[in-house]
Amino acid sequence: MAQKNGEALTDLMQSERFLHRFERIFSVAVPVLAVIAGLLTAGVLIAIVGASPLEAYKALFQGAFGSPYETATSLNRAIPLILAGLGVTVAFRCGLWNIGGEGQIYIGGMFASAVGIYLVGLPLWIHLPLALLGGFVGGALYGGFAGYLKAKHGINEIITTIMMNYIAIYLVGIMVKGPMQEPPGYFPQSPQIQPGAILPIIWEETRLHGGLILALALALLFYVVLWKTPFGYEIRTIGSNIGAARHAGMKVARVQITAMLISGGLAGLAGASEILGAQYRLRDFFLPNYGYDSIAVALLGQLNPIGVVISGILFGALRAGAGTMQRTIMLPSSMVFVVQGTVILFVVGTAILANLPKYLAKRREAAHGN
Amino acid sequence: MENTIRLENIVKHFPGVCANDHISLTIKKGEVHALLGENGAGKTTLMNVLYGLLCPDFGQIFLNGEAVEIRSPKEAIEHGIGMVHQHFMLIPVFTVTENVVLGEDMPREPLLDIQQAEQRVKEISHTYGLDVDPKSKVWHLSVGAQQRVEIIKALYRNAKILILDEPTAVLTPSEVDILFKVLRKLVEEGLTVIFISHKLQEVMEICDRVTVLRNGRVVDTVETSETNQSELARMMVGREVFLQFDKEKMTAGEKVLEVKGVSALSDRGVAALQNISLDVHCGEIVGIAGVDGNGQCELVDAIMGLRKIDRGSILIKGKKIKENNTREIIQRGVSCIPFDRHAEGLVKSFSLSEVLMLKEWNNLPFTRHYLFDFNAIRSFSEGMVREYDIRAPGIEVKTGNLSGGNQQKVVLARELSRKPDLIIAGQPTRGLDVGATEYVRQRLLAERARGAGILLISTELEEILSISDRLLVIYEGQIMGEMFTANADLHDIGLMMAGVKRQPDGQIKEMPV
Amino acid sequence: MGIEVFLGLFTVEFFYATIRMASPIALAALGEVYVEKAGILNLGIEATMLMGAFFGVLGSALSGSAFVGVLTAMAAGMLTGLLFGFLVITMRANQIVTGAALNIAALGMTSFLSRIIFGVRLLPVQVQGIKPLPIPFLKDIPGLGKILFEQTPLVYFTYFMVIVMTYALYRTTWGLKIRSVGEHPRAAETLGISVIRWRYGCVLLGGALGGIAGSILSLAQLSTFVDNMIAGRGFIALAAVIFGRWNPLGAAAAALVFGAADAMQMRVQAFSLNLPSDFLLMLPYLITLIGVIIFRGRAAAPVALTKPYEKEATA
Repeated sequence: MAQKNGEALTDLMQSERFLHRFERIFSVAVPVLAVIAGLLTAGVLIAIVGASPLEAYKALFQGAFGSPYETATSLNRAIPLILAGLGVTVAFRCGLWNIGGEGQIYIGGMFASAVGIYLVGLPLWIHLPLALLGGFVGGALYGGFAGYLKAKHGINEIITTIMMNYIAIYLVGIMVKGPMQEPPGYFPQSPQIQPGAILPIIWEETRLHGGLILALALALLFYVVLWKTPFGYEIRTIGSNIGAARHAGMKVARVQITAMLISGGLAGLAGASEILGAQYRLRDFFLPNYGYDSIAVALLGQLNPIGVVISGILFGALRAGAGTMQRTIMLPSSMVFVVQGTVILFVVGTAILANLPKYLAKRREAAHGN
Repeated sequence: MENTIRLENIVKHFPGVCANDHISLTIKKGEVHALLGENGAGKTTLMNVLYGLLCPDFGQIFLNGEAVEIRSPKEAIEHGIGMVHQHFMLIPVFTVTENVVLGEDMPREPLLDIQQAEQRVKEISHTYGLDVDPKSKVWHLSVGAQQRVEIIKALYRNAKILILDEPTAVLTPSEVDILFKVLRKLVEEGLTVIFISHKLQEVMEICDRVTVLRNGRVVDTVETSETNQSELARMMVGREVFLQFDKEKMTAGEKVLEVKGVSALSDRGVAALQNISLDVHCGEIVGIAGVDGNGQCELVDAIMGLRKIDRGSILIKGKKIKENNTREIIQRGVSCIPFDRHAEGLVKSFSLSEVLMLKEWNNLPFTRHYLFDFNAIRSFSEGMVREYDIRAPGIEVKTGNLSGGNQQKVVLARELSRKPDLIIAGQPTRGLDVGATEYVRQRLLAERARGAGILLISTELEEILSISDRLLVIYEGQIMGEMFTANADLHDIGLMMAGVKRQPDGQIKEMPV
Repeated sequence: MGIEVFLGLFTVEFFYATIRMASPIALAALGEVYVEKAGILNLGIEATMLMGAFFGVLGSALSGSAFVGVLTAMAAGMLTGLLFGFLVITMRANQIVTGAALNIAALGMTSFLSRIIFGVRLLPVQVQGIKPLPIPFLKDIPGLGKILFEQTPLVYFTYFMVIVMTYALYRTTWGLKIRSVGEHPRAAETLGISVIRWRYGCVLLGGALGGIAGSILSLAQLSTFVDNMIAGRGFIALAAVIFGRWNPLGAAAAALVFGAADAMQMRVQAFSLNLPSDFLLMLPYLITLIGVIIFRGRAAAPVALTKPYEKEATA
């Protein structure tokens, strides 16, 4: 009997170890397979319309990394995706469905523009940080409002953040056609920001701007915050098991609101860095769909800041390369959205499979129990 | 009288337990038949088998002498069996009539002839004295009225056999009277009622025959006219051989926990705790005995600062606690082994070491200058794995992948390693096998020897009798009695748990010499 | 602006345009009411409508018949719904993320295909659209006749569906089953109602109506496909569901309000009044946001909304 118990125990230990390994492998394998699935789906679409998928992808890659200039463009596209993707990561990790990245980006961009345009005569080392801070604060207030409604009044954050997306987009529209419009008022855009608020170019002869350093630094910071600090631990505990968090004495509402402030703030920074580093002025629809794409970036990155950087660069490269592809082989750039959408559908659609070994083990156990 | 239902040798296993162990019983047409037993005796499992919610591992069901197989509730309904679950299966935003007709075909399917349906509901409610307005929304109704809707639901489907799972657990005394009138009427009209309960008084009042279950087996079936409450109590609780523990003699020290006249509401807004008072001293284990759902969870929540107290106060080590300040309560030296380790104790996606630091994540040695000290975390976790014999392939393994016993050891290690002065232990051995159960109890005794005060809340009387020094019985949010375990009278406890008997105020039996 | 100018906006044309703009929103919202009543939140209405808009034009271009175009749109919407249903019902994927991803994928797919097919003129850009079809006698009702009964057949279809779907939800056993599945799936299952099957049914219905709604925008209003032409109307439909308190009639009424904002916006632009058209575009979302804040606590949303259902043996 004792020996039989011993055997059963080793069986169990082995299966636990197996589960542990399976989950690890799964968390890397899924994103990789998802990207392959996305490329295959789009490939089929390309083949259907009579073009060569291989050639298309060659053109895409050329367009994304073919020259320093193109590499820089890819990275420039990746910057807002990484920043907003980090924001989504913080919220989702805390169990909050912040779909409002889009709106938070716009508000952040608007605040940064206002600081960048209307404060004059400041040196770079004061003006630029102030403008970035303005972007962060704008996005943070916008996201934090939804967080406050959720934590204190139980109002569903999915609904509020979606509605606030469009409110923000049209608010920017009102601003650039009204109060913030560049005189004499021909175009729906604001005046240029002051030179002191411009994010410097960090790679000569390209357009790569300092936002990349900011994005990478923040990714690193949030990696540390999420995994190596008590605050990140609180966020993850609340997101994983709110009951256990309460029993441990965590201040759930306070952490939730803070997480939404940070989440919105990071999206706001995404908007700010785009204005201060790439466009230099506020326009209607200045970063279309980046908020929704950042959800895709965060999920493909498995809600891990380092993963977000990698998937952000991938999606940035897709966006940048697609333009070139469209020019050189006449394939519409919108193909990359097919890749992105499929990638995410694959990631969320297979999430349930992570439970497969456990499910099988349970069935085996039940069968033995009888 | 003919037999309506005959169950033969029903066996149902769940991982680790045999919930029904060769149960045979016969239920006669037109009787009210009680299934009596403590929590976990196997009553509900047996009825879920009869209602097609569970498939038995072995055994046979006969209806009117014919062998039948019941694979789903729908088939049970077709056989004329209706069940009123303990947790009602009603849709709050629907009207009474909508709830009743849901899933049934209408004469002019799919058109919903609500007038005609309302008429039938009225007829049924009139025939059986089930007073309820067919037009009102279910969420407007009292719990008693909701239960009547459930009964109407079964009757609308032409049920001839009605199973009621703990029907009085949620009712006020006057609602119980109404229910009993209805049940008598049902029997008059030729229905058969199976009445699941642990309340002796009610069983004696309403039932014709009683089958007592204990540990998944039938103890006996008796006529209520030929028995009495004491005999039933003895049959229900039994006289088992308890696991024996060597308890050091302790002299109780100062008070670590004082609960003074506390009243609180449940989540549903009903009075869950009513004027509860109790003390726990250093170096003693105080047991709270009682059937599930009598206010135990609310009591723990109140002590941990997770539930608003309407009246009274709670003092820990002589200092009054504030609600909504769980962190401070924990920091004052209170540990809690929660009732539901999955919902409150563990984070399944977290590693072993992450779960082990859950109560002290913000403190030394885990956190130093706002950063985790992973060396300290690792050495602590490895120490815990050794000390508490947690079987895991490593400290990085996710706790969701551990077995139930090991998960409970993780919780135990986390809570006890803090050297708490007060331990709140809610069902600490629920779902554990014999070895793990004994281990947990030994650990609690060791904490007692160290000088901690322990409040042990358990629905298993055997557990309380084997390790606690003193015990209180809780029933419907009130303390029914208090006694030293050494001279506890099982029979009395059984009566108190069933709400029959109440110790006069302020009387505690003498400490044994 | 002066009050006369303001009042001058409310002409027969304005109300006519209101109905016209409201009908796709109402149709999509009606479908989403059923989907949400069954316990599923579909953020991918935008995707469904976009697919409908594109395949409606494609179907019309290939067949030369606008009616075939509408059927194609419906089929495309149902396929989108089926994919969504497979992911969130069978694979129990997160509904919110799945919907959002579907929007991205549909945006890419439709504009990719439209560039290929229409961009290089494999097919004509302008296709057979849906023409208004005045209803005899009814159109002669003073005032209302012109507004309500000189519309396209799809608008009449919308009227019809508002009535049928309201009636079906509250006056048939099917409607009762759908609502039970979204409120308390476990209770429904104990009464022999298949949660999975009814949820699939609703998602398919929502897809069909979303697809047709999309084709209204492409076939009845522009007779062509433009990239991202739904432009947030899927989310307005979602807002209409919330603002209409999950009631088909309420959702239709909300769609009417939002349609009025849309019509007003076009007229303001046409009259070049000094009222930012962006503000009018923002209104539906702003109204809904304020609505959910004011009506907080009075939850009308189905209880099981966004919760995947797992059929399991009771332990």
